[in-house]
Parts: sequence; C-alpha cells; structure tokens
Amino acid sequence: MVDQPYSTVLQQREAATMGMFVFLGTEIMLFGGMFAVALGLRLTHPREFVDSSMQLHVWIGAINTAVLLTSSAAVALAVHAVRARQFRATSVLFVIAAVLGVVFLGIKAFEYATEYREGLLLPPVGVQRLFMDLYLVSTGLHALHVTVGAGLLAAVAAFAPQRATLVENTGLFWHLVDAIWVFLYPVLYLAR
Amino acid sequence: MEQARKRLATVWLALLALLALTVAGSFTVTGAASAVVSFGVAAAKVALIFWFFMQLRTEKGLIRVFAVGAIAWLAILLTLVTIDKVTR
Repeated sequence: MVDQPYSTVLQQREAATMGMFVFLGTEIMLFGGMFAVALGLRLTHPREFVDSSMQLHVWIGAINTAVLLTSSAAVALAVHAVRARQFRATSVLFVIAAVLGVVFLGIKAFEYATEYREGLLLPPVGVQRLFMDLYLVSTGLHALHVTVGAGLLAAVAAFAPQRATLVENTGLFWHLVDAIWVFLYPVLYLAR
Repeated sequence: MEQARKRLATVWLALLALLALTVAGSFTVTGAASAVVSFGVAAAKVALIFWFFMQLRTEKGLIRVFAVGAIAWLAILLTLVTIDKVTR
C-alpha cells in the first residue's frame, strides 16, 4: 500500500523510519537536559552526589532494568515476526512487552512508596534535595514515556499488528525508552 | 529465520550479563574507575540495542546518521557543561 507522495513501498518505509529517528532525536535531547543537570550537579558536588546515589535502592533499579531489557527483546522479536507475516505472534509479543512495561511501572511505584516511607523522596534542603528532585523529575518523565509506550504497544497489538511500518516505529520508540533507562540507571543509582 | 531469533536471544542474554557486570562494578570500584565502568557498560548496552534491536545493522547509511545524530548534539551540550564546571 503506497500513499502519496511516495512511488515505492521501500521509499515510503524509509521516510517513515527516518521521521521516527528524527522524533527520537528530540526525545534524546529532552532527556539530554536531565543528563546535563546530573553532570553539572555531580561536578559541583561530587561527594554529596555519590552519598545521595547510595541511598537509592540499587537492586530495585537493577530488576527494573532487567524487566525493560526483556520487554525490548520481546519487541525486537515482534518486529521479526511481522516481517515474516506472523501477525498473531506480533500481537502476542507486543502484549508481553506492554505487560512488562506495566510491571516496570508497578515496581517503580513500589520504589517511590518505599522511598517516601523512608523520608528519602523529599529530603530537607541541600544537595540531597537537588539530587532527589532530579531523580523524581527524570524517572517521572521516563515513567510517563513507559506509560505512553505501553499504551501504544497494546493499541497496535489489538488493532493493527499487520501494519509492518507501524509495528516497527512503535518498536523503535519502545527501544529508545529502554535505552534512556539504561543510562538513567547508572547516572542515578550507581554513582560511587 | 531461526537464526535471526537466536541472534536476538543472544543479544538479550548479553544485555543481562552487562547489567550484572555494572551492578557488580558498583560494589567493587569507586571514583573515576566506577564512572568508566558504569558508562562504558551503559554505552555497550545502548550500542547493542541500537544495532540489533533497532535494526540499524540492516538500515542504510543515511538512516544510521539520523539515528545517532542527536548523540553528537548531546556530546556538545555535555562537553560545554563540563568545560564550564571544571574551569570556574
């Protein structure tokens, strides 16, 4: 199915992929602002930054990283399936990935609640407050992206698992959300 | 077909192994070495995600340039922040 103004399916697909990567570039720059803040904070207050980082729950973050990496693998298999015209498998794999996204959000909510109980989420003024504010804003923005991504995966699984370009581009978004977490995790949790 | 699925499974296992490595590193090394380990591992993981999961290995050159273009802008941003902070 070729739409205007494209002359071939391949050309249309290439334009869609390129447009998606341009959008993902804006997402990288959006989170790039957060990473720049983290870098500035760490260079200005190296010791306090590490102390604040050590208060976070390394293992909860590690489990969540594994959950996202696994859901990304499911999406990669789904893209593989749609290319083989196995639409049923595409649907199932997208649903698995979306469920893992919801699991990620559940674990994250449990983590926020634990930190709140420990009085860690909103500490008094100081560098730790700056760190925790950055933590809350950056992981919150990421959680928003996981929510949108899981919704998209579920919608594509339900209504359009046979539309290969849509499946691929939804997959690209999900992989980028995963890749951003891969950097957020060491920046926030593993500063030593 | 089968081979492609095996490749994706291998990449997934490699990603989990790298995650284990970075967590282990956070308990054993500190300071500059810790930053090198954690960001080196993160870069390796993201490279695997972009190359295999996001299929850049089968895309043409121009798509690859668009995919990593933002990283160049991000590098400028982070470099200038660093220069500002360390020369103040």
